[in-house]
Amino acid sequence: MGNVLVVAEIKDGVLKKISKEITSAGKKIAEAIGTQVEVLLIGEGVEKFASELAAVGADKVLVAQASEFHPEAYANIIATIAKEKASSVILMPHTGQGKDYSPRVAIKLKAGIVADAVGISIDAGKVIAKKPIYSGKAYANIKVNTPIQVFTVRPNSQEIIEKAGSGTVEQVNVSAGEVKTKIVSTNLSGGAKIQLTEASIIVSGGRGMKGPENFAILQELCDTIGAALGASRAAVDAGWIPHSHQVGQTGKTVSPNCYIACGISGSIQHMAGMGSSKYIVAINKDPDAPIFKVATFGIVADLFEVVPAVTKEFKKVFG
Amino acid sequence: MKVVVLVKQVPDTETSIKLGDKSINEAGIKWIISPYDEFAIEEGIKLREKNGGEVIAVTVGPDRTQEALRTAYAMGVDKAVHIKVDNYNTFDSVFTSELIANFVKSVGADLVISGKQSIDTDSSQVGVQVAEFLGWGHVALATKLEINGSTAKIVKEIEGGNAEVEAALPLVLTAQKGLNEPRYPSLKGIMTAKKKPIETKTPADLGNPAASIEIVSLEPPPPRIPGRKLEAADAEGFAVQLVKALREEAKVI
Repeated sequence: MGNVLVVAEIKDGVLKKISKEITSAGKKIAEAIGTQVEVLLIGEGVEKFASELAAVGADKVLVAQASEFHPEAYANIIATIAKEKASSVILMPHTGQGKDYSPRVAIKLKAGIVADAVGISIDAGKVIAKKPIYSGKAYANIKVNTPIQVFTVRPNSQEIIEKAGSGTVEQVNVSAGEVKTKIVSTNLSGGAKIQLTEASIIVSGGRGMKGPENFAILQELCDTIGAALGASRAAVDAGWIPHSHQVGQTGKTVSPNCYIACGISGSIQHMAGMGSSKYIVAINKDPDAPIFKVATFGIVADLFEVVPAVTKEFKKVFG
Repeated sequence: MKVVVLVKQVPDTETSIKLGDKSINEAGIKWIISPYDEFAIEEGIKLREKNGGEVIAVTVGPDRTQEALRTAYAMGVDKAVHIKVDNYNTFDSVFTSELIANFVKSVGADLVISGKQSIDTDSSQVGVQVAEFLGWGHVALATKLEINGSTAKIVKEIEGGNAEVEAALPLVLTAQKGLNEPRYPSLKGIMTAKKKPIETKTPADLGNPAASIEIVSLEPPPPRIPGRKLEAADAEGFAVQLVKALREEAKVI
């Protein structure tokens, strides 16, 4: 049985939380099938993250040099290493980058892939991946038929388990190969401070926000509790906030520990994007808003009074 | 220029899903074109209107999926191809991509456009897998496309912003919201679409790929943590209760 290969992701010089989540998930698989988990770091000067990965179970940390992110280059590097190491299970993050290279990795390895897994278990030596389907209205348990089993895993879905692995660092020399597209420029100014899809707390605003200027009260709550700012389609279509903040069917799918919906009625399309959040708080004047059916904590009141009061209360707690 | 657009038929979001053993019970389901695929169709038609050429819509699935191709015809594609697979496993992206890539090879194309993901599986796999099978470049999450001769300039969404990408054709794009505003089919379009021919292919015509994954079982979503409405006299009262609930009960903040 070959090793489990986990692909870590780094953003702005920080090891993303998803990297630790899938390292722990990889460790669980490796223990069940009697093999080791190797975590691949791609980039320049990235070996410094090896100890963080070792602390959550990495038996070995592979370091491949590469300059900027390019999906074709990353796919070449990952597939080449998977072949060299004869990996039998590959775990990649279901993030913007992961979605960009994982399809190519699967094809290069002649493997089947289950994308957006939220649960991992083992049956008779094979991985069974659980994933939400039909906008979270059902879940499917799926296994891969091919010798190499490939998965992408949804951020915030796996527990990080502190369990020391040896984390031996190995430099691997692989060519990124030829790429067919050229990234001419990148523009990061319009982006959010915390990535919605990976945030563990999200504060979201909808039609009830009444205008773009009022999102400032949500942003203040976000800054106070370290949350990402989301929005419903109604708020985005009204032009109050950019589409990159949209949660729901034609926006982002999120699974935070806590989702605070402010002035959001809770259409099926919106719930499709946030229904798998662990705790849901709804603040809405309309007691019949569908969002209250899924809310763990519902507050029927004026958000313009409650949200600033909640921010103030959290500021007391956090000093 | 020849553009192939990938179309997937999926249950409407509002439709309730009833589970069978390893597939859903399709009785009573309202089917639609996956919303992101509408951006792909629209972009294909716009390119044809500007540069001439041909737009071919292709779908994979059982006979019911021909309805999605009729809608694509009504929007304005030139040709529709149904890759007929009975008992289609909608979650098997590699099987699907290999069929589509083999189809694209057989007709030749300058551009393949898919939605960034389908809303039944949310896997974000097929478009980019097709590029890999074809040995082509790809740009995912395209929000703007400009074609000059054999070069494409694309704006794509990236984490926290956007990027400008240049690539030579042939190329695969996956469409993100913002790429365009999909048109509604005209009444005339809907009427004439009914009579247009749909070409049917079978997996045997397209390399007969093997199933790459297997559904073990389907299950309902896990039960939610039971909820309750907080009661308080004023905003400060709600705030105190909520902060307490989130910190002491849920322990999430």
